Amino acid sequence: MRTVQLAGETDFDGWRDAARRLRVEGVEPAHVRFVTGEGQGGLFGETPMPDATNARPFKVSKAFLGLAQDVILHRDGDRFDLLYRLLWRLQETPELLKITSDRDVRAALEKAKNVSRASHKMKAFVRFRQTGEGVDERWIAWFEPAHRVLEKTAPFFARRYANMNWSILTPEGTAHWDGTGLTFGPPARKEDAPDEDAVEDFWKTYYASTFNPSRLRTKAMQSEMPKRYWANLPEAELIAEMIAGATGRTDQMVNATAPEPNRRFEQVKAQSVDRTVTSDLVPQSLQALNAALAGCRRCPLWRDATQPVCGVGPKAAPLMIVGEQPGDHEDLSGQPFMGPAGQVLDEALQAAGIDRGAVYLTNAVKHFKHEVKERRRLHRTPSVSEIELCRWWLDYERAFVKPELVVAMGASAARSVLGHAVNVSDTRGQLMKGPEGSVLVTYHPAYILRHPDPRERVRAKAEFMADLARAGAWSGLGTGLGMPND
Amino acid sequence: MARLDLRRKLSILADAAKYDASCASSGAQKRNSSNGKGVGSTEGMGICHAYTPDGRCVSLLKILLTNFCIFDCAYCINRSSSNVERARFDVDEVVDLTLAFYKRNYIEGLFLSSGIIRSSDYTMEQMVEVARRLREDHDFRGYIHLKLIPEADPKLIELAGLYADRLSANIELPRDEALGVLAPEKDARVIRKAMGQVRLRMEAAKPEKRDRIKPPRFAPGGQSTQLIVGADGAPDTEIMDRSASLYGGYGLRRVYYSAFSPIPDSSAILPVSRPPLMREHRLYQADWLMRFYGFSAPEIAEGSVGGMLDLDIDPKLAWALQKRASFPVDVNTGDRETLLRVPGLGVKAVDRIISVRRYRTLRLEDVGQLTRSIDKVRPWIVALDWTPGGLTDAVDLRARIAPHKRPEQLSLF
Repeated sequence: MRTVQLAGETDFDGWRDAARRLRVEGVEPAHVRFVTGEGQGGLFGETPMPDATNARPFKVSKAFLGLAQDVILHRDGDRFDLLYRLLWRLQETPELLKITSDRDVRAALEKAKNVSRASHKMKAFVRFRQTGEGVDERWIAWFEPAHRVLEKTAPFFARRYANMNWSILTPEGTAHWDGTGLTFGPPARKEDAPDEDAVEDFWKTYYASTFNPSRLRTKAMQSEMPKRYWANLPEAELIAEMIAGATGRTDQMVNATAPEPNRRFEQVKAQSVDRTVTSDLVPQSLQALNAALAGCRRCPLWRDATQPVCGVGPKAAPLMIVGEQPGDHEDLSGQPFMGPAGQVLDEALQAAGIDRGAVYLTNAVKHFKHEVKERRRLHRTPSVSEIELCRWWLDYERAFVKPELVVAMGASAARSVLGHAVNVSDTRGQLMKGPEGSVLVTYHPAYILRHPDPRERVRAKAEFMADLARAGAWSGLGTGLGMPND
Repeated sequence: MARLDLRRKLSILADAAKYDASCASSGAQKRNSSNGKGVGSTEGMGICHAYTPDGRCVSLLKILLTNFCIFDCAYCINRSSSNVERARFDVDEVVDLTLAFYKRNYIEGLFLSSGIIRSSDYTMEQMVEVARRLREDHDFRGYIHLKLIPEADPKLIELAGLYADRLSANIELPRDEALGVLAPEKDARVIRKAMGQVRLRMEAAKPEKRDRIKPPRFAPGGQSTQLIVGADGAPDTEIMDRSASLYGGYGLRRVYYSAFSPIPDSSAILPVSRPPLMREHRLYQADWLMRFYGFSAPEIAEGSVGGMLDLDIDPKLAWALQKRASFPVDVNTGDRETLLRVPGLGVKAVDRIISVRRYRTLRLEDVGQLTRSIDKVRPWIVALDWTPGGLTDAVDLRARIAPHKRPEQLSLF
């Protein structure tokens, strides 16, 4: 049996040096014992340690070194032996650390997890107390970590409190920060830290007030804030009293009779929201129409939409362009044709020499119809009945604007504008004259964006651009540029 | 009115803020005070500095600027008609308390909300001013969560996002109609618009790779909201549908569910009873399934009865019991998506299984090493030395996995 005497409880370098030599020499884990502290035998036990200089060096992964550095901070006595056993087994199974169902690997990971948790809890539960003012100002905490995580965790406090002079005192060592560097010192006693702080009473007041007595769940509290930490948490002294009073406080609230309303109430109350349902409102103007859309409940699409998207444009625009419905972006911003489809439209308008601001832009359906998949909203085509119900508003828009020409982009818009279904490919590009003005059907920009066949996308886009150029010419808005010679 | 001392104010305004369940201090971009003049750091993971006996964490100094309010929301302790004692902090009092608490390592930062006084704009301005002083005058680099007053001017919401790590506006009730009854001055449409503005603004602040000058950060910790459970009659399925819609629409980090709790001086139009904690717990589990396990709201609803989640068993198990034909799943060959649907297997366990099986064919014992309770998992999986046989389809499977214990809603203490 080899006994290796380490310099301290967290002597990682000593362990690594000894482990390296022992493994090179071929000493099996069962024959090695790592000890710390006094009186456990000689530095390297009875047998001298092998000389590592003439041995072939070997490599271990960074993952193992990182794991070992954490495991060594654990308080369990067998941690050094466990690590040597892992090191030994890595010779034969280099991928061992990935096999997390292995008992040794599990044990090491579990220890590392406990250490990491202890470090996290130290970040949470250290409580500084202030001494001195001005240049003498210092912040001192007394803390007892669950594992030996002082040095591992101190840099966190240096980053967070870079401009404070602070010390964390523990029974196994101390950490000090002076604004420039971190130093570590010998163990301290609780009496070395200040025993009070003026702000602690405020903290306790806050802690007691933020507690909801109707939700008493002490086990949940203790699993996250174990009792071992309570001695150094000023707020913990309130816990017993808070628990004792909780049931009584809740009963009092539950059994209380409803009180008279506050008499100041009537003087300070805000106005109630206007929730008038305006589904059948006959608008007297475009403005009234847009206002009424907020209260439209003609179909259920309003429920999951952010807002209705009203038409925009001059009151007497010669050209009205109607799309299908707002998309994700339009729903959020409240403006029509803002997303990718809007960009295609803008491109075509520009090519046709049409000023977007001179056109009245609107949609057949005013609310965004969608389904949620993987936390994204995906467009869904509105149903015939949704289009029909929303036509109420589009018909009024047409009546108010009285455009020379209405361009219906896509099947939904065409159905709404014409009152019946048409095949877009068959009817596009033709000027259809009707009692309420002329209509031109074309593709919806989304069709151009989404068609799976790139050749079809190019073809459809060319036709779409040509259709808008025609619309520009017919409505008198365009320059006629880009107009095909037909 | 007599001037209240600061501790009394703190007591009133912390009590008034505690019904907001949000506590997260995570998601901010990494920063620390080593190149600054003040204090503070955020390193991605939030820290809970204390826990109160209700099991909730104390991460932020969660307070209201004031609990005076001109809104009369029936479920709220601060509604205008309540006789609760009122108080109001000065802007500097909040700033000083935040810094004093932060320097002592009590908190990760500030969660500031407020009752609405004078006007929505005035209230929001005051809240933004607290955040501005912390950031600009004191170079505070800890966490700031600001509650949005949705009715406030979009310019103020814009400013709030520049100073805060997280923004939130509470929807509170899943049905707009219920808000009309219980919160006459609140408008769900306005809240949704504000959340829409925040999402658009967050997306605009995401730097493109080619951007040389990065746009100013805007609420890098995202936005969240809260739904109250049990104040109106909305069933669980409706709550989940609303959540799915909110996650999809506004890119929310979290939807918090808050079991409606009795409050002092409570309104006559609401039932006052102990909060439905188990129901709240099941909703959080269902929410988790939507966010991390690839479940949709309608799928989870398949395991519910009459629109309500089963209180006795978790929603994944309830779903699986209805979908037995999809089981058992072979842990050595099943893909990640399928394994995530196995009752008793969490995200971590599934990832471990996938990693280990590259080197080893898993036996039941191996799976046992990788999960918490193999007994819950056993009926649903196949391993090298294990097949559940008829167990998956056993009529009494539910009783075997979850021995019948009626979790009395009122006695969960």
